[in-house]
Amino acid sequence: MVSLTLEQVTAHYGKREVLSSITTPTLSGGQVVALLGPNAAGKSTLFRRILGLLAGGGQVRIAGTNAERPVAYMPQETRIDAVLSVYESVLLARMQGRRLKVQPEDLAQVDAALDELNIQTLAQRDIGDLSGGQRQLVSAAQALVQSPDILLLDEPTSALDLHRQIGLLSVLRRLAEQRQMLIIVALHDLGHALRFADQAIVLAGGALKACGPTRAVVTAELLREVYQVEGRIETCSRGSPMLVVETAL
Amino acid sequence: MNKSTAAMTSPEQGRTFYRTMVLRRQLILLALLGALFLSFCVDLALGPARYELTEVLSALLAPGSVSEQISVIVWQIRMPVALMAIVVGASLSIAGAQMQTILSNPLASPFTLGISAGAGFGAALALAFGVSIVPFAVGYIVPINAFLVAMLTALMIHLLSMRRGVTIETIVLLGIAMVFIFNALMALIQFFASQQALSAVVFWTMGSLTKATWPKVWVSLTVLVIAIPLLARHGWALTAMRLGDAKAESMGVRPRRLRLQVLMLVSLLASVSVAFVGTIGFIGLVGPHIARMLVGEDQRFFLPASALCGALILSVGSVISKMLIPGTVIPIGIITSLVGIPFFLFLVLNQKKSTW
Repeated sequence: MVSLTLEQVTAHYGKREVLSSITTPTLSGGQVVALLGPNAAGKSTLFRRILGLLAGGGQVRIAGTNAERPVAYMPQETRIDAVLSVYESVLLARMQGRRLKVQPEDLAQVDAALDELNIQTLAQRDIGDLSGGQRQLVSAAQALVQSPDILLLDEPTSALDLHRQIGLLSVLRRLAEQRQMLIIVALHDLGHALRFADQAIVLAGGALKACGPTRAVVTAELLREVYQVEGRIETCSRGSPMLVVETAL
Repeated sequence: MNKSTAAMTSPEQGRTFYRTMVLRRQLILLALLGALFLSFCVDLALGPARYELTEVLSALLAPGSVSEQISVIVWQIRMPVALMAIVVGASLSIAGAQMQTILSNPLASPFTLGISAGAGFGAALALAFGVSIVPFAVGYIVPINAFLVAMLTALMIHLLSMRRGVTIETIVLLGIAMVFIFNALMALIQFFASQQALSAVVFWTMGSLTKATWPKVWVSLTVLVIAIPLLARHGWALTAMRLGDAKAESMGVRPRRLRLQVLMLVSLLASVSVAFVGTIGFIGLVGPHIARMLVGEDQRFFLPASALCGALILSVGSVISKMLIPGTVIPIGIITSLVGIPFFLFLVLNQKKSTW
C-alpha cells in the first residue's frame, strides 16, 4: 500500500521561507486527508513541494508504489481558453510522457474518469465554454485519469454547488477505499473535513499547527488560534460531528 | 456521483465522439494537402514566360523531351520558387504556432519577438554598406547576416528569459522592445544609405520568393524536416501548455524548460526562412489561427495543420503574385498582406466560436 511521509520539509521562494520544517506521521493509502489552514497558509506550496515542483530541504518519502508517476495533482481552478474539447483535455492528462499514438486502454481510462465524476455529458463541450464548477470537475477527471496512487487536490470544491461538493467528496472517499489511494484534499470547509476526512493536517503561516485524526484536530481551540473565529464542534442527533461558528474574533 | 440527476451518456459515446473527431481532422489535413498540391502545380505552370500546361508537364516528367529553355525555367526558376513558398510558409507558420502556444499569446509570431526585424537589420547592413558579420561569407552575406542577427535576437530573448522572475508577458515585451530597436536601427541605415542601396533594402524587406535557389531550398527544407519531429515529440506537452503553466506542471510538464527549448528551435526555423526570402509578414500569425479554427489545438493535428495552412497561403500567394499583373511578379510579402488579411478578417469575424 502506498504511503507518504514528510520529514522536516521546507520550501523557499528566493530567500523567503514559505514552508518551515513540516513533519507528518506516515500517511497511508485508503485514507482521505484534509489539508486545512487559512488563506496563504502554505497549502498549495506544500502540494507543489510534494510534487517536486519546488526546491527545499527535508524529505518527501513515498513508499509502496512502483508507478513511474505515483502522484497526480489538481491545481486550483483557473480560466482556460484553449481550443480543446473536455474529452481531449482529459486524454491529454493521461497521455503525458507517453507516445503520440492513443491506445484503446487510454480511451477507456478517459471514459472511466468522466463516468466516475458523472461528466460524460460534458465530453464534447469546449473546455473554454465551461462554468467554473464544470472546469473544476474536469480538472478532477484530469487528475484521476492518471491512475495515481496519491492524489492531491487543491480546493477542488471551491466553485461547486453544494450538491456537487458532496458528490465529489463522496467519490473521493469511495476511491480512497476501493483503490487504496491516498487522497489529500485542501479544504476551507471544516464541516466537509469533519465528515469526509480521516486525518487532517493544519498549516498556518507556512508552519504545521496540527496533524492527526480529523475529530481530534478540528477543535474549538483550532478555530480560535488558526481561523480566528469563535465556534464549537457539536454532535448531531445522528452522531456526526457538526461545526457551529458563532463570530469572528 | 449521483447519476440520476444528469443525463446519462454511455462511455461508448465518448469514444465514438473522439474517433469521429480524429477522422474529421485527418480528412481536413488530407484536404489541405490536396489543395497544396494543386496550388503547387498551378505555381509551376504560371510565370512571365507563357508555356502550355503540356509543355510544363513534359519538362517535369521528361526534361529531355522539351527545349533546354523550358527545362531551365521550370527546374531552375519555377521549381525552387514553388518549393520555397511551401517550405517557408510551413516554417513561418509552425514558428508562429509554437510561439503562440508557449507564450499563450495569440499575437506571438516571429515578428512580434523581433526575430524578423533582426533579420531585416542584418540584411540591411549587408545591402547598404557591404558589412559582413562573418568575414568568409562572400556571395551569401545578406542571408548569413540576416540569419545571425535573427538568431542573436532569439538568443538574447532566451538568455533574458532564464532570469528569475521573468514571466511570459515579459518575454513578449522583450520581443516588442527588440522590434522597436531594430526598426530604429533600420531607419538609421536607410538614412545613411545610397539611393541604390536604399532600393535594395526596401525590396528585401518586402519579402520575395524570387530570391529562391536550390541550395536555399535544401537548407530551409533540412531545418524544417529536423524541426517537425522534434516538436512532434513534445506534442502532448505542448498541448498541455495551452492549459496554463500550473495545469501543465500538474501533468508532469516542465513549462519553463520546454518553453526555452521550443523558442530556440522555432527561432531557428523562422531565422532561416526570413534570411532567404526577406520579411514575409502575416504567415506566422495567420497560418496557426486558421489551423486552430480547423482542427483545434491538439498538437497531433495542430502542428501539421499549421504547416499545411502556412504552406498553402504562401503557395497561393505566389500564384496570385504572378497573376495580378501579367509579366510582373509582385513581391510576395505585399500579396500575403493585401489579399490574406481581408480573407483572415472574414474568417475571424464569421467564426461561430472563439478560438482564443
